[in-house]
Amino acid sequence: MIEFHDLTKDYLDARVLGPVSGSIEPGGITALIGPNGAGKSTLLTIIGRLLEPSGGSVTIDGTEVRSVRSRDLARRLAILRQENHLTARLTVEDLVGLGRFPHSLGRLTASDREQVESAISFLDLGDLRHRFLDQLSGGQRQRAFVAMVLAQDTDVVLLDEPLASLDLKHAVHMMRRLREAASALGKTIVIVIHDINMAAGYADRIVALRDGVVHSSGTVAEIMTETVLSAVYDTVIRVHDLDGVPTAVVAH
Amino acid sequence: MRRTRRLPLLAALLLLTTALIAASLMVGGYDITLDALVTDPAALEMFFISRVPRTLALVFAGVAMAISGVLMQLITQNRFVEPSTAGSSQWAGLGILVVTIAMPAAPEMLKMLVSTGFAFVGTMLFILVLRRVRVTANSIVVPLVGIMLGAVVGAITTFLANESGLLQTMAAWRSGGFSSIVRGFYEPLWIVVGVAILAVVLADRFTVAGLGRDLAVNAGLHYERLVLLGVTMVALCAGVTAVVVGFIPFLGLVVPNLVSMLLGDDLRRNLPWVAALGAALLLACDLVGRVVVAPMEIPASVILGAVGAVVFILFVLRQRRHVAA
Repeated sequence: MIEFHDLTKDYLDARVLGPVSGSIEPGGITALIGPNGAGKSTLLTIIGRLLEPSGGSVTIDGTEVRSVRSRDLARRLAILRQENHLTARLTVEDLVGLGRFPHSLGRLTASDREQVESAISFLDLGDLRHRFLDQLSGGQRQRAFVAMVLAQDTDVVLLDEPLASLDLKHAVHMMRRLREAASALGKTIVIVIHDINMAAGYADRIVALRDGVVHSSGTVAEIMTETVLSAVYDTVIRVHDLDGVPTAVVAH
Repeated sequence: MRRTRRLPLLAALLLLTTALIAASLMVGGYDITLDALVTDPAALEMFFISRVPRTLALVFAGVAMAISGVLMQLITQNRFVEPSTAGSSQWAGLGILVVTIAMPAAPEMLKMLVSTGFAFVGTMLFILVLRRVRVTANSIVVPLVGIMLGAVVGAITTFLANESGLLQTMAAWRSGGFSSIVRGFYEPLWIVVGVAILAVVLADRFTVAGLGRDLAVNAGLHYERLVLLGVTMVALCAGVTAVVVGFIPFLGLVVPNLVSMLLGDDLRRNLPWVAALGAALLLACDLVGRVVVAPMEIPASVILGAVGAVVFILFVLRQRRHVAA
């Protein structure tokens, strides 16, 4: 279980996050939603120890994240940011193999290779495995990075806008894969996501942020209501039931 | 490139490097033949006093600059960075000048330490400036920043040299050549062997660092620690090379980029290629310089500068086409 207490992040005088406290239940998919600048990515990157908070703390199963050895933490928690500028010319297979670094320190064992293989096939990258990343489309590259963090085989996977460069078909495909990783492999997945209907369709819980604080959090059914969404986004939003999934539409 | 095609090519490259080493041992003002080495003690002595040190110095300096280049490129995530486009070499030169002014009779060891220290400070400064300037990946702005920093340091160096009557020394330093390298003078370059071994040991870590800070930290790497270590290795290479040979431009740029185009960027896989190609290129430039105007010599770095500048521009143009496409 991941818990965060009184997290804040300030840039100069501007507070972009917090104070926020809360927890991420183990297992399942938790979606962080909210308008631009609500602090979703900031919260995610602080939990993933890529960003130092100005105040507060994050614990994973009761231990303070900052006190855990970096490599030990890398075996329990993986984080992928939205933009990954790669100048290195690596093949898909090389990249996914680097996901095993916390376990192998670079020399892949037979079991590392198994993990790499399963991550590659899990994201349908078999045909692209020998291609260099700079020869791929944005969406294919995104899948390769997700395969890399899945190969890391951690209990917790944090993804910042994993659907950002994916078309509708691949976005749905990605969400199904993440759903499967959560349900079948028991992973705890936290995603920052803009499409609230994707969150409603595939996540178990939603945390809605606004103005740097948690506005509300709960199950999909609890958050996907006209009152909550309209308040979070400061826009009149209607929610319809489509085949059992609450679906948000903007009222014009 | 697949393994089956890589290995014969690597063997060919090593063979070429060996042939260049042999040529470097044989070519020069003093006529040395295999025959004479056996029969003529004077030739043998000349061989060990001049040819062997010169050839070893070429190999070490080539390896040093090529490895420095590849490390800098991984650390800064930019293809155009190497000691001479990051200012490291210019700082090393300033260090040498400062020691020469303060202690004209300073031992080589002290000069090396100071020039390495200066190169370290200069390279860290460059990296810190880069962190302030938000630039996109592989931006040409990055080497421009380094070249500008290097130019400022170079100007200060020239000013100081002028003030202290050492302009000629610094001019000789700028056109780094191997003609004056003899036994008892090149030995500090052996430290390059240590750096190369360390690079092999840490190769996978540097490959991960090449993914950028976020992915590297995610993989459990002590990123900042590795950057410091990498910069120290680069500074050692740049500092020692600067003291023994002088300024060797563009080698660290040309070699890693060629290897990357062929093989991709797995450092452990690439290191033997980078080292062999670095040595081969510098040997070839030095040989050309020895032959074309014999019995005079053109410094290897002058030839390298001419070749390197052209290749550098080709890389930039290729990159632009790539971005446009």
